[in-house]
Amino acid sequence: MHKLWASTYKELLLLSRDLGGLAILFVMPLVLVVTITLIQDSTFRSINDNKIPILWVDYDKGEVSKNIRDGLAESNSFNIIEKESDKEAKELVFKGKYQLAIVIPTNLSSELEKKVNLNVEGLLSKFGLDQEIPESQKVDLDKKEVILYFDPATQMAFKNSIKNGIDKMIFKIETQTIYKAFQSQITDDESEAIFDTGSFITFKEITPTIGENEIIPNSVQHNVPAWTLFAIFFIIVPLSINMVKEKSQGTFVRLRTNPVSYLTVLGGKTLVYLSVCLIQFGLMLAIGVYLLPTLGLASLDVSGKIPQLFLVAIFAGLAAIGLGLLLGTVAKTQEQSAPFGATFVVILAALGGVWVPVFIMPQFMQTLSNLSPMNWGLNAFYDVFLRDVGIIDLVPELTLLFVFFVITTAISILYNERKNAV
Amino acid sequence: MIQISQLSKKYKNAEEYSVLKLDLKISEGEIFGLLGPNGAGKTTLISMLSSLIKPTSGNFSINGLTFQKNGNQLRQLIGIVPQEYALYPTLTAYENLYYLGSMYGLKGRRLKEKINFHLEVLGLEKFSRKKLDTFSGGMKRRVNLIASILHDPKVLFLDEPTVGVDVQSKNVIIDHLKKLNTLGTTIVYTSHHLNEAEQFCTRVAIIDHGKIIVEGAPKNLISQYPEAHNLEDVFLTLTGKALRDHA
Ligand SMILES: Nc1ncnc2c1ncn2[C@@H]1O[C@H](COP(=O)(O)OP(=O)(O)OP(=O)(O)O)[C@@H](O)[C@H]1O
Ligand SMILES: [Mg+2]
Repeated sequence: MHKLWASTYKELLLLSRDLGGLAILFVMPLVLVVTITLIQDSTFRSINDNKIPILWVDYDKGEVSKNIRDGLAESNSFNIIEKESDKEAKELVFKGKYQLAIVIPTNLSSELEKKVNLNVEGLLSKFGLDQEIPESQKVDLDKKEVILYFDPATQMAFKNSIKNGIDKMIFKIETQTIYKAFQSQITDDESEAIFDTGSFITFKEITPTIGENEIIPNSVQHNVPAWTLFAIFFIIVPLSINMVKEKSQGTFVRLRTNPVSYLTVLGGKTLVYLSVCLIQFGLMLAIGVYLLPTLGLASLDVSGKIPQLFLVAIFAGLAAIGLGLLLGTVAKTQEQSAPFGATFVVILAALGGVWVPVFIMPQFMQTLSNLSPMNWGLNAFYDVFLRDVGIIDLVPELTLLFVFFVITTAISILYNERKNAV
Repeated sequence: MIQISQLSKKYKNAEEYSVLKLDLKISEGEIFGLLGPNGAGKTTLISMLSSLIKPTSGNFSINGLTFQKNGNQLRQLIGIVPQEYALYPTLTAYENLYYLGSMYGLKGRRLKEKINFHLEVLGLEKFSRKKLDTFSGGMKRRVNLIASILHDPKVLFLDEPTVGVDVQSKNVIIDHLKKLNTLGTTIVYTSHHLNEAEQFCTRVAIIDHGKIIVEGAPKNLISQYPEAHNLEDVFLTLTGKALRDHA
């Protein structure tokens, strides 16, 4: 036991002598979480607040164009700028000044009405409800085209959503015009509503709620745990460097001649780096609670959740440390351990859903993501933040993390023994 | 004290044995010198005796103990001064020694006193609170030595403890080792300083190609070869003048 404390104290000293390393260990994750949260938050907001300017050329000036225009305005996503000529609008878009121009053809409203009326009359006459259609009215009407000019750099997803949106609006207008035509044929009383022209099927999004509040993770609730986890796992880089350094300094060899087990040596490192994880975690939470709100972001609500959160942090920290110990045991040089460690953490983070939530990954990757300890940790954090679960409910994820720690440490010890049997 | 029988070591990817069927007995209280050209197998032998590497075949015991049966008991009994410094550069001399002493189960006041005693004898007490990376090579060598003797080992293995140090440092180190020897520590050491070995050792063995070519008290060896005036002459007669670079 005394040897363990002495080892722990040594690691503490080593860490405190490396101020640069310590700063990186503590400051970088904080910078990271603030930056990412701000970026993600502002992209969310640009979708919501910032209106995309689009050009509007209306040769129709009728019922239909008014409907489309109102539809676009209602969506609150666009700032509609009127232009007189098709040519001018097209040029502006192709030059990249605007992402989109919409050109409504002449007489769209009147022709649509004509066309619908013709069809309705034709239909009704088949049922013998109406008089013969005069031959003169049986003209072929030109097909009308609403023209969309897109900036070539526009993203496919944006293009498609605009096309779908306008398609839907036109379809709706057509339907309403048809209803109206029937109505006017059947009754002369405009106010008598025969058809309900409102949409029959609409959507309502239902999300789980606690009391009055909807529980959807905001960018703070996603980013603080996700990037904290990332920071916790990043500890494998300094930890493995610490171990590789011991090898190059010859102190590892000396320790092997001492009556002290490798487990004790690793134990000292585990205790110190776990403390680092927890301090870091505390700082991250403090940032979420105190700093982010002053930057105009949502505040992180941790009330009543602190014990669960730290419990998750401890186990996530252990899993990260196990990985670091393994890497430090296997790697021979810093040139091996540092880049590998850093890249590996990024891969685990990506797999674990730190960047992209797991549920929108392809099925194959979703299966793979179950293998990332960061995924287990993130699920545990979500459980605490969003589902407000108790400690018992965290047991499965914590067990996984702990088993991961035990296995990686065991492999380190076995590997160390085998390698030394030169 | 140390009984070595038919001890051999062939490294994994090596073509030849680095130590081959070596027999040797070292008695308690001796200062035993392992001499030999580069690549002779001195470090390999010491590494086996200090459990850093496992023998390919053969066996040995120290004070009747073996690493297979009494690993940590044996480790507690011996001290190893490695050929390279094995210390933490960012810790002070005192912190290094405190930690490494703790690994032998020493603690508290006893450990403090031991550290200060050795630091003083080796002329480092003024620098005990200085970080090791500010030390000169000779100073590091002395700290490296102290780290291995804090627990009063019965047997001390030293791999070239005086390489790269000035005459003053060398004398301090040798004197200190002599004192430890009179207090009951058996010393096994390797060196390329044949004059030093001649003065210091009660017995030496000259090793080449992993085998002992000759062993005995320095004086006896010199007298065996009529044209030899010192140990270096004996050494050159036995090992030749060709360079020994091979890997
Ligand atoms: N890890 C290793 N793998 C393979 N061969 C090795 C290894 N270490 C040493 N050898 C070889 O074993 C032989 C003995 O080496 P050793 O280091 O024991 O020599 P030495 O007597 O200590 O030499 P020096 O005086 O230069 O320190 C050499 O031929 C060396 O090349
Ligand atoms: Mg050597």
